[in-house]
Amino acid sequence: MSQLNIDVNALIEQMGNTLRTMPIMDRSPRMIGIRTAGVWVAQQLHDQLQLPDALGVIDINFYRDDFSKVGINPTVMPSDIPWEIEDQHIILVDDVLYTGRTIRAALNEIFDYGRPASVTLVTLLDRKGCRELPFQADVIGMSIECNKTLKVSGPDPLTVSLTDPEEDSV
Amino acid sequence: MSARLTAPNLQLNELGKIKHFLTIEGLKQHHLLEILDTAESFINPKTNEIKKVPILRGKTIMNLFFEPSTRTRTTFEIAEKRLSADVASLDIATSATKKGESLLDTLWNLQAMQADMFVIRHAESGAAHFFAEHVAPHVHVMNAGDGQHAHPTQAMLDMFTIRKHKGDIFDLKVAIVGDVLHSRVVRSQIQALSILEAREIRVIGPKTLMPTHPEAMGVHYYDDIEEGLRDVDVIIMVRLQNERMKSALIPSEKEFFKLFGLTPKRLALAKPDAIVMHPGPINRGVEIDSEVADGPQSVILQQVTYGIAVRMAIMSIIMSNAAQLAQHQSEQAALELENEEEEA
Repeated sequence: MSQLNIDVNALIEQMGNTLRTMPIMDRSPRMIGIRTAGVWVAQQLHDQLQLPDALGVIDINFYRDDFSKVGINPTVMPSDIPWEIEDQHIILVDDVLYTGRTIRAALNEIFDYGRPASVTLVTLLDRKGCRELPFQADVIGMSIECNKTLKVSGPDPLTVSLTDPEEDSV
Repeated sequence: MSARLTAPNLQLNELGKIKHFLTIEGLKQHHLLEILDTAESFINPKTNEIKKVPILRGKTIMNLFFEPSTRTRTTFEIAEKRLSADVASLDIATSATKKGESLLDTLWNLQAMQADMFVIRHAESGAAHFFAEHVAPHVHVMNAGDGQHAHPTQAMLDMFTIRKHKGDIFDLKVAIVGDVLHSRVVRSQIQALSILEAREIRVIGPKTLMPTHPEAMGVHYYDDIEEGLRDVDVIIMVRLQNERMKSALIPSEKEFFKLFGLTPKRLALAKPDAIVMHPGPINRGVEIDSEVADGPQSVILQQVTYGIAVRMAIMSIIMSNAAQLAQHQSEQAALELENEEEEA
């Protein structure tokens, strides 16, 4: 079995460095992590960038588009955005950008709190080629192929393991 | 009304999950805990704010209140709207039932208006069961109080309030004071407290307002409030149900307050951190002193707020269970089809 372990801390540090060069950093941005693993990534970025406002947390389970098929996820917890969204520049952080449906749900939830001035999307891993909705991230830690099996664990240590199912079956 | 009041399975689907919410009786501890945990997820722990979520978008919920109600009806409506459901509340005083339409005809007409859920309050015990027995398979029924039988959402919001303030219920001594005989709230509360394994449940009040054998409900009966309140963690006051009393069961309201009213002096007999609850509407100076009702140990208004989250939880669990059942059935059907094809 071919397994690739990724140095997550180095990736996040590099993402933070990229964010620092972007215009949004001059606009007092506020950060939101998507529960669960997105919050782990966001927390590290938040510490690294030393943002003055607390990290916001959203749980998109009540905003999923498949409620009529799968019902409530029993692990759902309240979202906690302890500041105004209205007119703020938001950095939205998730661990994996896959079909884009989670980001759709997260944006809907954010807009229920108010109208942000802008949203910058940051993802640790971008699964290329399997998008079902038209979303692209502004900052990407690493791109991976769609067919890889992926597991994010955390929060301490935050690790990602990738396996290649095709090689696996050989 | 011919409905069977002891048909707990009517409210569970074939996977053993809640389909209708009619009574606490017959539910398991995991059903109640699921409701309490889900309600928790609707409340922001820092601000106590309950945010609107889109999970019941496109669903229609009809509130049928055949009996007056302020708190229950309003909190149901707010809960439904916070879940993004479409809501219709029927004004029964001007409705067709007054023109002689039977309950079943009313039901079928409302069902034809594409209701997904009915919330029913009725003066007749068993009304919600009756509805649940006759609705189409995809339609759900919630009991918002039927006669002297049950008021299960009230009991669940009370359990939620207790857990929020005092932690796990199995450690607690709970006293219920007042008109136990006529109260559907008390019946449901006792059932919920028993299922959640409260350490001790006491009922306090005059014998005339007690069932013949209160012990049969698994509770300890006290006719002396001062003795009964000693060392309890939770005091639940219950309103005198004057409208349900067919004869004079107490000498006067003044006399009742003198014997069983909750005063600061009596409250001091309970544990120092005991909480005081009341399902409302409260009768100041009849069962509870204003100083207690408005005092620091009173959580009466929080009960009302939590009522929104708990009703949201039960309604979303019911719809979620229906979704999971449909998914399960379609998987079963696909599996059967596969097997048939293999055999062929």
